[in-house]
Amino acid sequence: MCLGVPGKITEIYEQNGLLMGKIDFGGVLREACLSAIPDAQVGEYTLVHAGFALNRISEEEAQITLETLREIIDLNEELSPEDE
Amino acid sequence: MSDIARLTDDFRDGALVQGVIDEIRRTVTRPWVMMEICGGQTHSILQSGLDQLLPPEIELVHGPGCPVCVTSLELIDRALAIAQQPGVIFCSFGDMLRVPGSLGDLFSIRAAGGQVKVVYSPLDAVRIAQQNPDKQVVFFAIGFETTAPANAASVLQAQALGLKNYSVLVSQVCVPPAMHAILSSPQRRVQGFLAAGHVCTVMGYWEYKPIAQQYHIPIVVTGFEPLDLVQGILMTVQQLEKGSREVQNAYPRLVTEEGNRAAQAIIHRVFEPCDRNWRGIGMIPMSGWGLRPELSDFDAEQRFEVAGIQTQESPLCMAGQVLQGLKKPSECPAFGTLCTPQNPLGAPMVSSEGACAAYFRYHRPD
Repeated sequence: MCLGVPGKITEIYEQNGLLMGKIDFGGVLREACLSAIPDAQVGEYTLVHAGFALNRISEEEAQITLETLREIIDLNEELSPEDE
Repeated sequence: MSDIARLTDDFRDGALVQGVIDEIRRTVTRPWVMMEICGGQTHSILQSGLDQLLPPEIELVHGPGCPVCVTSLELIDRALAIAQQPGVIFCSFGDMLRVPGSLGDLFSIRAAGGQVKVVYSPLDAVRIAQQNPDKQVVFFAIGFETTAPANAASVLQAQALGLKNYSVLVSQVCVPPAMHAILSSPQRRVQGFLAAGHVCTVMGYWEYKPIAQQYHIPIVVTGFEPLDLVQGILMTVQQLEKGSREVQNAYPRLVTEEGNRAAQAIIHRVFEPCDRNWRGIGMIPMSGWGLRPELSDFDAEQRFEVAGIQTQESPLCMAGQVLQGLKKPSECPAFGTLCTPQNPLGAPMVSSEGACAAYFRYHRPD
């Protein structure tokens, strides 16, 4: 239940006093409440849980994580080729 | 491929995952026991087979992070009693419907004519209340910190709309008090924690620093994709091997130390800390959230009189020990025989985050 689904914000609007948005989950559009990311912009990525956007997803941080892990792996392959 | 699909795919890249597992194998020198707190992570680990790919020195035990599993039997029985009342539409996340109470489950109430509706979001329940002014709409507001902002937003929304026919049956629980309970148990086995990434998305991880210090234990905030999980395990093993006991963040694309302040503000407008009874574990002081007194009009426990609840657990079920990481589901004599997803004795066998359901579904042990 604590799972979240990543998606892209395609529209932002207000409804009954709540900040809401349309989120594109890889082709499927659904509505989510954006109250916890009040300065969200169309085109940004977010993680939605139970119809509620928990936070933005930082693409920059995602790339840093991936690069760090690739570096660890590359370094080890160089240092210990017998593993391969 | 969309950008978001590409980003998700990168964190499922088999070669990268294998590379990190190789690094774990090079790092580990002795056995270590670590707990993933969140049941969503348990399912992800078993689904992707990570438990079988890791070196044998790493033992993963499964934590209490299954909100459906820890919702107290007393509250489930109360939910069943409210859902039976005429004029009530009882709304719940789908996971809750098969969870056994003392005398049945929400499915059986629905089969007997009760109006039980599955909703994806608490805000859907508010919409149902708007559309049915002659009915009382009750939402079963269960969950950890991850779900608290959505549950809280539903109450604020109902208040803003002036709805008099919406209320919530609250079973909000919090992770840090459960970590204290697990770590102070004399039977403690856990030597490292993979902290639940989406709980920390909301709450940050500043609350975990005193826990890491007090119990001398590494805590690594960890996400849900296979690469996130092996990275969290690697960072935990690195700390254990070199004797450092810190809080680290392996999920920085969503989590910051302070968390999402706007989400926390929504929670604190609606909820305040309270004692909670955890099913199978018992009462943990100040381990939950309840409605603030000024919002008691939205409290289903106060709106609906339910008398004479007498809870009765299955004498065979050992869910409490499973939820505290003391026993594996497959160690239960009833596992897969007397207790199956079709005929569950305890909640962990039915929830999509329950460890017993994960072991059953993914055939552990093989």
